[in-house]
Amino acid sequence: MLEIRNLHAGISGKNILQGINLKVNTGEVHAIMGPNGSGKSTLSQVLAGRESYEVTEGEILYQGHDLLDMAPEDRAREGIFMAFQYPVEIPGVNNTYFLKAALNAVRKHRGEPELDAMDFLKLVRAKLKVMEMDESLINRSVNEGFSGGEKKRNEIFHMAVLDPKLAILDETDSGLDIDALKSVAKGVNTLRSPERAMIVITHYQRLLNYIVPDFVHVLSGGKIVKSGGKELALDLEAKGYGWLEEPVSAAR
Amino acid sequence: MIETIQETENYISSFTSLEKSRASNDPAWLNELRRSALDSFLRLGFPTTHDEEWRFTNVAPITKVPFELAADAKDPSSAELMRFTFGIWSGIQLVFVNGTYSTALSSNRTQPNGVFVGSLAEALEKQADRVQPHLARYASVSEEPFAALNTAFVSDGAFVYLTKGCVVEEPIHLLFLSHGEKTGPKVCHPRVLVLAEANSQAQILESHASLGSGVSFTNSVTELVAEENAFVDHYKLQRESLEAFHISTVQVQLGRSANVSTQSISLGGSLVRNHVNAVFGGEGGEATLNGFYLVNGRQHVDNHTSIDHAKPHCNSHELYKGILDGKARGVFNGRIIVRPDAQKTDSKQTNKNLILSEEALVNTNPQLEIYADDVKCTHGATIGQLDSDAIFYLRSRGIDLESARHLLTYAFAGDFINRLKIEPLRLALETSLFARLAEGQEER
Repeated sequence: MLEIRNLHAGISGKNILQGINLKVNTGEVHAIMGPNGSGKSTLSQVLAGRESYEVTEGEILYQGHDLLDMAPEDRAREGIFMAFQYPVEIPGVNNTYFLKAALNAVRKHRGEPELDAMDFLKLVRAKLKVMEMDESLINRSVNEGFSGGEKKRNEIFHMAVLDPKLAILDETDSGLDIDALKSVAKGVNTLRSPERAMIVITHYQRLLNYIVPDFVHVLSGGKIVKSGGKELALDLEAKGYGWLEEPVSAAR
Repeated sequence: MIETIQETENYISSFTSLEKSRASNDPAWLNELRRSALDSFLRLGFPTTHDEEWRFTNVAPITKVPFELAADAKDPSSAELMRFTFGIWSGIQLVFVNGTYSTALSSNRTQPNGVFVGSLAEALEKQADRVQPHLARYASVSEEPFAALNTAFVSDGAFVYLTKGCVVEEPIHLLFLSHGEKTGPKVCHPRVLVLAEANSQAQILESHASLGSGVSFTNSVTELVAEENAFVDHYKLQRESLEAFHISTVQVQLGRSANVSTQSISLGGSLVRNHVNAVFGGEGGEATLNGFYLVNGRQHVDNHTSIDHAKPHCNSHELYKGILDGKARGVFNGRIIVRPDAQKTDSKQTNKNLILSEEALVNTNPQLEIYADDVKCTHGATIGQLDSDAIFYLRSRGIDLESARHLLTYAFAGDFINRLKIEPLRLALETSLFARLAEGQEER
């Protein structure tokens, strides 16, 4: 589904990613872990199409197409969803209105009929129930005045409605207490499916107790320095990132 | 000095002919009022950018044009009229063409008891005892040249009189239409006097629009007197042609515990200057001064507001929002005076500007003068572009760039638009905004 080949990218002339290689197949959940400054955010921003990030080398193929050639909205319409680390507050834009516009943009792209207000409301109610979310959240402005946990849950709720093929969760766990974390993870787990791939980007192993990945990759110094199964995350928890970083810097 | 004489020449000759035709019919006090207003205007002259209050707004484009006083003109067809009446207006509606009241186009036959909504000319004739104590007693004729100029020509306009305790359910529409003249540029001086007695209540929409294109100059003055506990919502919608000059004064006088809101919406005009002034004349009053401007091309819109907290325990709220595209220029000056004995004043002022182009420009200036010590006054101003993080967020959910920009622009205007209590006005403003956004898209 997604293949990243020798990706080099950065921002404001600073090189951050130094040759990432990663292959994600349909149905798989990949966790990408790494310390601060390892390039986790850069990777997620490049995948979502943030224009301020510059790709200097390498390529990304998504369903056989050149992802880097696609505008952010086209990536979304082709089934890529990013849950933001810092969801943006948009005063004056109603959460439901926004989501309906987004869903209909996706449906139109797929050649499906747009949903009218009634059908959309039915869908939203069903998803709210699955996400165990309060209906009041959807009648407010997008993320405005939401708590940290509410913002993250709203992201997962958007994901549930938009039904993506590839979901990227960018530090969805940071800043959450354990109850909020469990609730977000529960939401994510209901969306796991053989038809959907997920990339879970996180600093902490804690999240992976609740969203159990098929593969774990460790990002350090802009490269994937180690890949393995879910047990790799536990090693990292026990030993920290230090033992992985040293050989990389020594190799320079 | 010679230049000044040239600039005012046309106005003097217009005045002379007006005086000749009216002096014998009109009461002495009215002739005297006009004469002294003309004297004030000639003494003050047109402002220049050397005047502090006019630093950012140069009225030379207006003073250079030899405007003649607009005469009676043909009434527009009903189809033309419909463009400005929001479909069929269900309440009382007065229509003025080139400043003159049109009996045929107005619908004010059925009025609730204790209400008079009609032509000022008629009121001057038949209810002078009601009009005289208030007309030109609030807007400053001695200091403001454009208010003086309007007063020098006061003859027709609207008079809204609400007797004690009377409540008008349906919004009142005062529609001022001006012809872009083929026979040369014309000026009109619309005048509105609203007298809301104790415990009365009404919503008044004053709108200004152009029939056809061509240079025109509207110089309007509205005086709104809200006596004890009166409740008045006033809206001024200016959607004249892009060649029009528009200068206006809205002067609000609040009695004890009176509650007045005035919303000033500027969509049209090439050079626009709005003065909105509120004076608290009694304790416990509440004033809301909101405004919205949506400008493009080379439009220039200047909003000068002033709130005079002359009495204690009064609240004022002020929110002005502007969206500027092209090479448009916006000016906001918000003066708030809190007099020495106006304790417990609560005043909040906000001016927010959204700039959609590289070349649009805004000057914003809060001006707080506080002479009391137990008061709460806040002010804030922002000038910014669309938030790139928000645009990216919307796009990453599948919304295209243009739609994302529109959505955010609309959201910016939303907290002004959503406060409008007159639904047809709210819908018309939304339509204008969407149309303007679509135009902007074509240009880009």
